[in-house]
Amino acid sequence: MAVAASLELVQLTKRYGPTVAVDGINLHIRAGTYCCLLGPSGCGKTTTLRMIAGHEAASDGDILLGASNVTDLAPARRGTAMMFQSYALFPHLTVRDNVAFALKMRGVDKATRHAKAHALLDLVAMDPYADRLPAQLSGGQQQRVALARALITEPQILLLDEPLSALDPFLRIRMRTELRRLQRTLGITFIHVTHSQEEAMALSDLVVVMNGGRIEQAGPPRAVFNQPSSEFVARFIGGHNVITHQGRQIAVRTDRLALHPASATSASALRCTVTEVEYQGSFVQVALASDTGAELTAQIPEATFDAAPYAIGAAVLASWDATAAHPLG
Amino acid sequence: MKSHLTPLIAWLQAGPMMLVFALFFLLPLAFVVTVSFWDYNEYEMIPSFTTRGYADTFEGCLAELPGLCTILKTYLETVKLCFLVWLLTLLIGFTVAYFLAFHVHSKTWQIVLSLLCTIPFWTSNVIRMIAWIPLLGRNGLVNRGLLGLGAIDAPLEWLLFSEFAVVLALVHLFTFFMVVPIFNSMIRIDRRLVEAAYDAGATGWQTLCNVIIPLAKPGIVIGSIFVITIVMGDFITIGVMGGQQIASAGKMIEVRLNALQFPAAAANAVILLGVTFLIITALSRLVDIRKEL
Repeated sequence: MAVAASLELVQLTKRYGPTVAVDGINLHIRAGTYCCLLGPSGCGKTTTLRMIAGHEAASDGDILLGASNVTDLAPARRGTAMMFQSYALFPHLTVRDNVAFALKMRGVDKATRHAKAHALLDLVAMDPYADRLPAQLSGGQQQRVALARALITEPQILLLDEPLSALDPFLRIRMRTELRRLQRTLGITFIHVTHSQEEAMALSDLVVVMNGGRIEQAGPPRAVFNQPSSEFVARFIGGHNVITHQGRQIAVRTDRLALHPASATSASALRCTVTEVEYQGSFVQVALASDTGAELTAQIPEATFDAAPYAIGAAVLASWDATAAHPLG
Repeated sequence: MKSHLTPLIAWLQAGPMMLVFALFFLLPLAFVVTVSFWDYNEYEMIPSFTTRGYADTFEGCLAELPGLCTILKTYLETVKLCFLVWLLTLLIGFTVAYFLAFHVHSKTWQIVLSLLCTIPFWTSNVIRMIAWIPLLGRNGLVNRGLLGLGAIDAPLEWLLFSEFAVVLALVHLFTFFMVVPIFNSMIRIDRRLVEAAYDAGATGWQTLCNVIIPLAKPGIVIGSIFVITIVMGDFITIGVMGGQQIASAGKMIEVRLNALQFPAAAANAVILLGVTFLIITALSRLVDIRKEL
């Protein structure tokens, strides 16, 4: 298939009148990376994706794909392809014609473009459905067709706008695995917009956490999860308690908190009251209210909790290892 | 219990409309078909079965072959007129609907501009047609303007009471019937489809032909049915704007009626109905309208 190329965003900015949707972001994505743009709605992640795709003109800055500056090129001439949210399949065309659409627009003859479409439908295991209309397919099947359609132009970068949000939870996890496998097979860069931290963690080589039009943190998922750079990242990525301790703000993973009886003492601990206990299977999630008014969450392994259970209303000491405290900038 | 009542309730709910439909459409239609097979003389209808109404209508048609007899000529003329009006209303209507659906982004403006399209319907048909006279007449605005500019030496005679005038008046009147259903189809096209086409490298023209027109087809067909059925049966606009000089299928029925030859008029009406029905059937082949309602 296509040769993978690296992507570089340089001071990329999008303004809508006085509003700044994307505020001078810089990002380098190496060839063949699975990259997730992660953030709450309105953080500029979709606008960034649409600028890379060429569906939104950049107000400022540059988009470099491999060696060429594609900032002002039309979508089809960039070497990118986009898979739209809720897929945007052409309802009047069969699966085959949907996939072959881009080639038809280029004037490729019927036999060639149908052969190519079949090869791609084969790749996503949808070849038996070639004669169906999109309305006759399930959500997961539609998504595979949309993937095949986006891939037919042999893009160097595939852009996916919240590709899994229209699926039910079970299918979401299955399609997630398939996306990852497909990316590995094709070896091209995938840029995937999502607001689900779980999705980003599971899929990406590179997580880009965005907020308010800026990049808060970019890095491998493990680095982002274990060393969140800001309070926003720690809170958004989940699994963290943001604690103000001895005048400093620190992040402590919820599974690194330990509960002790109120009589215990520790240098790195907070006195708390248990407000809720939720059984979650392999662990027990304990909601805590600290005496300073902060709300904390502790994930205690089932066996540990059973050995020393706490009831709602109990006074406890929530402690953490000094090495588990990650100072926030 | 419930399953027994459900069909009954459904029939009851459909009942009033069925009754109106039967009373004011099916029954009169049955009368027309019946009367078309009656006999007649100078002053009365005679209720006996005969095909005289049809025979009179097609009088001499066989003898004149390969030339065309009056009725065939008239129908050819009407179909030609109908085609012209259809083509023009389609082109203009599609363009207007496209503009409204894809270039006007505010809902308020879409409504305001759609209402503007209804202006021709704010006055009666007669007044509207009379209003063309000061514009298109021998001493009308257009002729004076062109004379004043020196573009012509003598007033253009074909502006009024001509086929041109008929087509102009009909197009002016019925474009709106194209705009509404086409706009309605277009507004339901997902904007992301247009973007997806652009992403796939389609030019504006390719997007129009491969995405927008196929998806607007139901609206195009419904609009076409409106325009074709109305124009095929029209005799007032054709009469007034054509200066009573242009024959049309509707006009033929009127002439028969004026001569009190009701069976012959009914026979003509049945023929017109048949021809229109054929055209509509052919159009319906292009799209499953039921799917769209």
